[in-house]
Amino acid sequence: MIKIAIEKLNLLYGSFQALHDISMNIHANKITAFIGPSGCGKSTLLKTLNRMNDLIAGCNITGKVLLDGEDIYGNIDVNLLRKRVGMVFQKPNPFPMSIYDNIAYGPRTHGIKSKAKLDEIVENSLRKAAVWEEVKERLKKNALGLSGGQQQRICIARALAVNPEVLLMDEPTSALDPVSTSKIEDLITELKNNYTIIIVTHNMQQAVRISDKTAFFLLGHLVEYDDTEKIFSMPEDKRTEDYITGRFG
Amino acid sequence: MKRKEGVIKDLKVKLLSYKKSPVSFILFLLVTVPACITFFILLFIIGYILINGIPHITIGLFEWKYTSSNVSLMPALVNTILMVFLSLVLSVPVGVFTAIYLVEYTKSDNKLVSIIRITAETLSGIPSIVYGLFGFLLFVTALRWGISLISGAFTVSIMVLPLIMRTTEEALKAVPDSYREVSFGLGAGKLRTVFHIVLPAAFPGILSGIILAIGRIVGETAALIYTAGTVAEIPSGKDFLFDSTRTLSLHMYALSSEGLYTNQAYATAVVLLVIVLFINWLSGVLAKRIMKGNQA
Amino acid sequence: MKKYKEQAMGIIFLLAACTSIICVVLICLFLFSNGIPAIGKIGIKEFLAGSEWKPGDTPPSYGILPMILGSIYVTTGAIIIGVPTGVFTAIFIAKFCPEKILKWLKPAIDILAGIPSVVYGFFGIVALVPAVRYTFGGNGNSMLTASILLGIMILPAIISVSAEAINAVPESYYEGSLALGASHERSVFCAVLPAAKSGITAAVILGTGRAIGETMAVIMVSGNQARMPSGLLKGIRTLTANIAIEMGYAADLHREALFATGVVLFVFILVINLLFSLLKRRNG
Repeated sequence: MIKIAIEKLNLLYGSFQALHDISMNIHANKITAFIGPSGCGKSTLLKTLNRMNDLIAGCNITGKVLLDGEDIYGNIDVNLLRKRVGMVFQKPNPFPMSIYDNIAYGPRTHGIKSKAKLDEIVENSLRKAAVWEEVKERLKKNALGLSGGQQQRICIARALAVNPEVLLMDEPTSALDPVSTSKIEDLITELKNNYTIIIVTHNMQQAVRISDKTAFFLLGHLVEYDDTEKIFSMPEDKRTEDYITGRFG
Repeated sequence: MKRKEGVIKDLKVKLLSYKKSPVSFILFLLVTVPACITFFILLFIIGYILINGIPHITIGLFEWKYTSSNVSLMPALVNTILMVFLSLVLSVPVGVFTAIYLVEYTKSDNKLVSIIRITAETLSGIPSIVYGLFGFLLFVTALRWGISLISGAFTVSIMVLPLIMRTTEEALKAVPDSYREVSFGLGAGKLRTVFHIVLPAAFPGILSGIILAIGRIVGETAALIYTAGTVAEIPSGKDFLFDSTRTLSLHMYALSSEGLYTNQAYATAVVLLVIVLFINWLSGVLAKRIMKGNQA
Repeated sequence: MKKYKEQAMGIIFLLAACTSIICVVLICLFLFSNGIPAIGKIGIKEFLAGSEWKPGDTPPSYGILPMILGSIYVTTGAIIIGVPTGVFTAIFIAKFCPEKILKWLKPAIDILAGIPSVVYGFFGIVALVPAVRYTFGGNGNSMLTASILLGIMILPAIISVSAEAINAVPESYYEGSLALGASHERSVFCAVLPAAKSGITAAVILGTGRAIGETMAVIMVSGNQARMPSGLLKGIRTLTANIAIEMGYAADLHREALFATGVVLFVFILVINLLFSLLKRRNG
């Protein structure tokens, strides 16, 4: 089942074209990895999927991005879009508040006021992010006091708390140590049962480990997009092969 | 004791090393002597006032009603608190909202933004007596509020507006952009992001600026002589905003220039000094809190 | 519904931001409309260059030259005393001061900055004036006393802006000089200081603006004789003091002449501020 359909997407920052004619289908309940060298446009493409690019001045888009068949650049409520398509950033960045308030911020924004409901959402999100046991005794304490890996899982819980359908992750483990990285990779694999996940990663081994489909980008173009197994064993395009064998980075 | 020894030891080593180079030694003296002078000037001023003033601090100075025998500073103190409160009520919302507009709603090359900045800089350079004249012309005369608490408050609030704008702006800019990004990413609008994420994070910096403004208001004299007046009574009744009042600094000036109450003037100076030192200390404590917050 | 709330608040923020523009416009409006006609009535030459300020005479004279000179002399004196002390102290703070002493020195400067001008003035009356009288003779309330007091009062402003400018000079200038064999002192004075020149000039201009604008402290120690300055140890009256002293009882043209004095002050300060901004912008 296709969750997001991208059709002939072009993106310009002023006069610089960052994305050229991207067309691809993102499948529901699968993990799709975007890989490619620095500056190839993978993060930019990720940000078009929840319209975070709107925040950048001089950014122009042509083409369509359809979420469940609806064009997200058409006449829709942006804030509601961002509720359905959540984002986790590269550097863990919890708000300078208690863990509870961090998780509750999203639901409160979208209208949930009852304490009982919020308590429930906070616990569920923290459980889904596999960090509940570690923080359940210190929910009222400041989130900044946690380790990097824990903070990133809090950020994931925070994103999950608004009940999105899609989760966009922009290099979520690049700032973390190997142990935390492996914990979060396990978490992401668990999550795909209930969410559609797109992950930008610089780490090809990570893409191999956890993703179902992989898309390789180069200089703003989509070079190849297929099942992960196929991309990494029998790539069709020579450029793909050169990249994954490390001939260029 | 150990710290003192360390500094003196360093000094001795340093002085010995100058034996080889007289020019360097002269330059060293050139900067150290003025610094010492500056430090000792401060010690002398504060010490002189404290030594001469503390013996004359009596209960009579703090009686609620001013008479020429007790020369009480209490009415002036209460008036000062009222004046600070009113001025802040006027200037803080305007200043904070202006800073929010400049930081969160505009890009830096906006023409309106440049005009606002130029006018704010202009406002901060105007001498206080000129503010006094303006306040007299607009609030006392044109608006017919007379020489009163409210005329003084409006005048002084314009005076501290640039200060609050500037410190709030700096505090807002210091909030990391990533907080705003995450908030938008969760589907919150700009208004909610500003009031629930950015402002709370910037709060210590904003508060520090407000405290600096309080210090300025407490010390202000020239702008208030002809707008708030010199009556040594606490405003009362339902028209209290339109009563003429004197603040502590003005009281201090009145005592000094009358020349009859030197002792009480010393004591009043001590009280003023203590208040200002306390405000200063509070602002410093907050500044340290901000530094710690940024490191987290 | 939410959209309207957002838009409404956006407009409120914009209106708040325009307040400072409105304030400047109002100040210019009221000052100029009350002051300029007076200059017209008195005659611009008689006002600005007239050396007699005698509003009580018949016919009255409204020449503010004595006060213009008074302000200029007292400010110059304050600069002579305050700038070297302030700049060298700033150099000390930025480049020579050990950490342990800095812990005390920096708060001390902040405290100096926070002392109200009436307290400075009071200190001037009880300590400086007798000291000057004892050392130099005369009355004690004089141009010299006012210059000394003002010099002390502008120290914090000069020190903090200069120290900021010196600290902003790239470390590479200092290191480059050391690497060539120059001593610490020489490196600071010959490599770092010249690079901080425009910032220090900005500090001096800021101090000048503060000195010209000071009212209360000057009134308390300068004697306030409204006549042409006649000596370092003689009394003097500044533009600010003139306004503050006579507003209480002035009427009609006399009062308007005081507004006009305010206009002159305002223009003075605008010019100084402009210089300051231009320099700050050039400094980066």
